[in-house]
Amino acid sequence: MFDNLTEKLTSVLKDLRGHGKLTESNINSALKEVRMALLEADVHYKVAKTFVAEIKERALGHEVMESLTPGQQVVKIVNEALTDLMGESHEDLVLSGENPVSVMLTGLQGSGKTTTAGKLALYLRKRGRKPFLVPADVYRPAAIDQLKKLASQLDVPVFDSEVGMDPVDICRSARAAAQQRGCDTLILDTAGRLHVDEELMAELVRIKAEVAPSDILLVADAMTGQDAVNIAQSFDGALDLGGVVLTKMDGDARGGAALSIKAVTGKPIKFIGTGEKSSALEPFHPDRMSSRILGM
Amino acid sequence: KGGRALDDDLLEELEELLITSDVGVRTTMEIIETLSEKASEISNSDELKTALKALLLERISFDTPAETTLKKPHVMMVIGVNGVGKTTTIGKMATRFVREGKKVIIVAGDTFRAAASEQLTIWAERSGAEIVRHKDNSDPAAVAFDGVQAAVARDADIVIIDTAGRLHTKKNLMEELKKIRRSVAKTIPDAPHETLMVVDATTGQNALTQAQLFHDAVGIDGVALTKLDGTAKGGIVIGITSTLGVPLKYIGIGEQADDLRPFDAEEFADALL
Ligand SMILES: Nc1nc2c(ncn2[C@@H]2O[C@H](COP(=O)(O)OP(=O)(O)OP(=O)(O)O)[C@@H](O)[C@H]2O)c(=O)[nH]1
Ligand SMILES: Nc1nc2c(ncn2[C@@H]2O[C@H](COP(=O)(O)OP(=O)(O)OP(=O)(O)O)[C@@H](O)[C@H]2O)c(=O)[nH]1
Ligand SMILES: [K+]
Ligand SMILES: [Mg+2]
Ligand SMILES: [Mg+2]
Repeated sequence: MFDNLTEKLTSVLKDLRGHGKLTESNINSALKEVRMALLEADVHYKVAKTFVAEIKERALGHEVMESLTPGQQVVKIVNEALTDLMGESHEDLVLSGENPVSVMLTGLQGSGKTTTAGKLALYLRKRGRKPFLVPADVYRPAAIDQLKKLASQLDVPVFDSEVGMDPVDICRSARAAAQQRGCDTLILDTAGRLHVDEELMAELVRIKAEVAPSDILLVADAMTGQDAVNIAQSFDGALDLGGVVLTKMDGDARGGAALSIKAVTGKPIKFIGTGEKSSALEPFHPDRMSSRILGM
Repeated sequence: KGGRALDDDLLEELEELLITSDVGVRTTMEIIETLSEKASEISNSDELKTALKALLLERISFDTPAETTLKKPHVMMVIGVNGVGKTTTIGKMATRFVREGKKVIIVAGDTFRAAASEQLTIWAERSGAEIVRHKDNSDPAAVAFDGVQAAVARDADIVIIDTAGRLHTKKNLMEELKKIRRSVAKTIPDAPHETLMVVDATTGQNALTQAQLFHDAVGIDGVALTKLDGTAKGGIVIGITSTLGVPLKYIGIGEQADDLRPFDAEEFADALL
């Protein structure tokens, strides 16, 4: 494993001096290194392949500037291509429509939905909104308790869901309850589910139809491997996502899943989770993610 | 594709298969290199599959010692990063052990995450295990200590200690795990007898680092691979088992009590191919 892609590229391109041109023959070994870096960062195999082809196109014919080593030059091209793909700037939650609006959180088991629900409540309250937390996971043991506890720690109102209720009914009733309490933003915490679980995926579609959320987020773990494309494609296909929250970014995962998800869905990553505490939520910055994926 | 020699196209297909199963670049390259060396012996896709399977099995099979008699109480500690399925796997294991007629105590060593004890309490009810828990935010090492004391006093067969999810990069939280270990050993010097690391099959290359750092901190005796009921193949465990030399013991294939299976290397390799 390598620590620094720039160093690697510098070494494979060492024979190329200033005013040389990047050509098919002199950058092939560099592209191989880039591809390895992407795969080691968990970027999907096919996404990496397409991406490397794109970089090659961009790089060919580029004159190597005196100010940069050829390695730095290629890194610059890779970085630019990555940032273009990831998006220019931070995209915020969509909260348009008649109040109360709903933000729906979805994703695989254990990805961080419930924790993110608490974080978003705090985030929204800081911005002057009145959040209402809605536990809509009636399946996982003590999932409702978990969100109720978070709500009480944060002093945010929470819908009084019970295990025997139907998740669609919960979301419908929660809307009225939020209105009664003067809240303007519902945060729907749905149960974790596999993207291949047709019954539970259909439940999400019913919830969406019932409450017409203004934003639907896929909560995905930054440590996710190659399966990220299947997951993102399925959730986006079923729900037409508004964006993604990438959790557990406080670890040392390179987070190539971010690139895979963006590449196959085109949907922006809106936030990252950087810890277990409710304050550990940050807006997503595409440029920082590029360097992280490349391991720099 | 019967009758196709081991050409570059086929090697690339193989590479794609392994990488998309999260086997990882390094292990994939090793496997492909070995296969290329054997190219002369491989003349069709059946032979290729057989050779590939043999290479995978080499990396994931362990001679499991014939069921040794467990200590009484046998103390297990379950560790791993956040959300991988530790608590659920404990619920499933407890169900199995109780069914085998054993007296099981599960210990709510996650005092941090909201409603973690409540979650484990439900699993105690479902499985018929007893539970030892403390108040929220109390010292996990103290709960673990009490759990082992209770097991001795109540003549339990198995104690399973749940721990809070933690990222392997957080030094203070890794120290906390060591402290839990030490507190268990106060009552039974050679405990915990078994430390099981839980890995989520959807995890990519980071799982290797996770395993390495947990192993460095507290030592791992086995791995449980969860969430294999999805489309993720869990290929990263190949790197984990071969680098650390610890066996894969269980796989998780769902959220219910019965969704736990002993690991079967053949079956796993077949699913990957
Ligand atoms: N370190 C870290 N841990 C996180 C982050 N987000 C969530 N977690 C932890 O991940 C674990 C799972 O989080 P939950 O919020 O329960 O996940 P979930 O998606 O609601 O899980 P299910 O409802 O069971 O599907 C918990 O231990 C959280 O504390 C994060 O950004 N960083
Ligand atoms: N599909 C599937 N889901 C699983 C499996 N094992 C656990 N889960 C689910 O994954 C989620 C997280 O499981 P937990 O047991 O709470 O995970 P944990 O490691 O204890 O989480 P923390 O304590 O928050 O770190 C829950 O929704 C479980 O139901 C499995 O084998 N398959
Ligand atoms: K996960
Ligand atoms: Mg949840
Ligand atoms: Mg747990």
